[in-house]
Amino acid sequence: MTVADVLLLALGTVAVGSGALVVTSAHLVRSGLYLVVSLGAIAGLYLVLGAELVAWVQVLVYVGAVVVLLLFAVMLTRAPIGPSADLDRPALPAVLIGGGLGAGLAVLFADAFRWVRYPEADPGTAERVGEQIFGAWVLPFEVISILLLSALVGAIVLSRPDVGARPTPEA
Amino acid sequence: MELLVRVGAVMAAFLVLPLVIGQAEHKVMAHMQGRVGPMYAGAFHGWAQLVADGVKFVQKEDITPRAADRTVFRLAPIVALFPYLIVILTLPLGPDLVAQSLDIGLFLVLAVLGIGVVAVLMSAWASANKYSLLGGVRGAAQLLGYELPLVLAAASVAMAAGTLSLPGIVEAWRPWWLIWQAPAALVFFIAGLAEIRRPPFDMPIADSELVFGYMTEYTGLRFAFFLLAEYVGIVVIAGLTTVLFLGGWHGPFAEQLGWLWTLLKVAALSFVIIWFRVTYPRLREDQLQRLCWLILVPVSLAQLVITVAVKSLL
Repeated sequence: MTVADVLLLALGTVAVGSGALVVTSAHLVRSGLYLVVSLGAIAGLYLVLGAELVAWVQVLVYVGAVVVLLLFAVMLTRAPIGPSADLDRPALPAVLIGGGLGAGLAVLFADAFRWVRYPEADPGTAERVGEQIFGAWVLPFEVISILLLSALVGAIVLSRPDVGARPTPEA
Repeated sequence: MELLVRVGAVMAAFLVLPLVIGQAEHKVMAHMQGRVGPMYAGAFHGWAQLVADGVKFVQKEDITPRAADRTVFRLAPIVALFPYLIVILTLPLGPDLVAQSLDIGLFLVLAVLGIGVVAVLMSAWASANKYSLLGGVRGAAQLLGYELPLVLAAASVAMAAGTLSLPGIVEAWRPWWLIWQAPAALVFFIAGLAEIRRPPFDMPIADSELVFGYMTEYTGLRFAFFLLAEYVGIVVIAGLTTVLFLGGWHGPFAEQLGWLWTLLKVAALSFVIIWFRVTYPRLREDQLQRLCWLILVPVSLAQLVITVAVKSLL
């Protein structure tokens, strides 16, 4: 095993372990914080694999923004310290679906890649990612940006009752 | 061996610069308000005041509120301090004088600064205190909002330089960029002030209404960690503004004296940050968000257009 292998295993363990804690912990806010650890470990995995840009995007977008919004929303509604007894989390279907999906993916990946050895890819520098996105993949990139733009417009319209809303009838 | 020297230098900078900034804040604020500030500790103009403060903080009892979430409460100050340490690691002082040169240093800096929000939310929630929680939610809203103009302004200068590497940006910098990138520089500096929650953007701390915001329940060394994070934050924001917009080590005799120019620019910007604190009253929450979304974000977007236009003309 090389250093990279050990790092991948360690980070993978952290990511999976904290991911499991996210769904099993009875502490509501701590679940969110475990999610930070899990996503951070995944960023570490990208880093070990040489995808520097993707790793920092992961930190910037997921750790710095998505999870924070999540925690923010939880704290605005209900964020007790200590375990919550009334969390509605049906365990059996979750185990079935999660376990089945995990096993299926594992089998699929093992079957697809077991006999293939790939040469180590070049490091994913910003320059290479930029060339790929704005060269080969420019159409999907633009489509995604239109999707994001429409989601943005939708969010603004939804949050502003004075735009496009029907006047409420007087009682 | 060389790595040890680099890490040692960064640690030294990490420990010394905040003390210098802190002492400067004591003295500058005092003189601006017609006082003399610390005079006795260390005999000469109270130079050892912050060392004395540090000793005091170490001696104080480390109290964790009974209702608090202990682990998260204790971790928060370290999470608050950690991102700044990484940022200092990547700031270039002079040509070839940087602890760790990275291909996409700018991206790393912006990503890591975003982790600060997690620390604010952690400390706010884990304190089990309504003032803390209110301060933390205000802080998170502020940090999330101001991250946008900060990133956009940094993107403008990265586009102008055609690289994401911090030394590369300084290398590409020309004096006329001071005019070309002036709006971005202003936006970056103001948004940076808000990111480190310095007055006039200290609504999350707001001592007159929230006691001390998300730091209310902290004592002793952990509180000192938050203070240290604030002073390192000043260094980091001044340093980033210097590197991105003021040409870093550029100046007469840049080959030999580059590091001195960088430090001088950082010191001047730190002075301005302290000056802001003495000059402006705290922005109200609605004014704070209004400034971000209605002024800084449009200005930084317009700057992006200007950058592209000028860049394609060259």
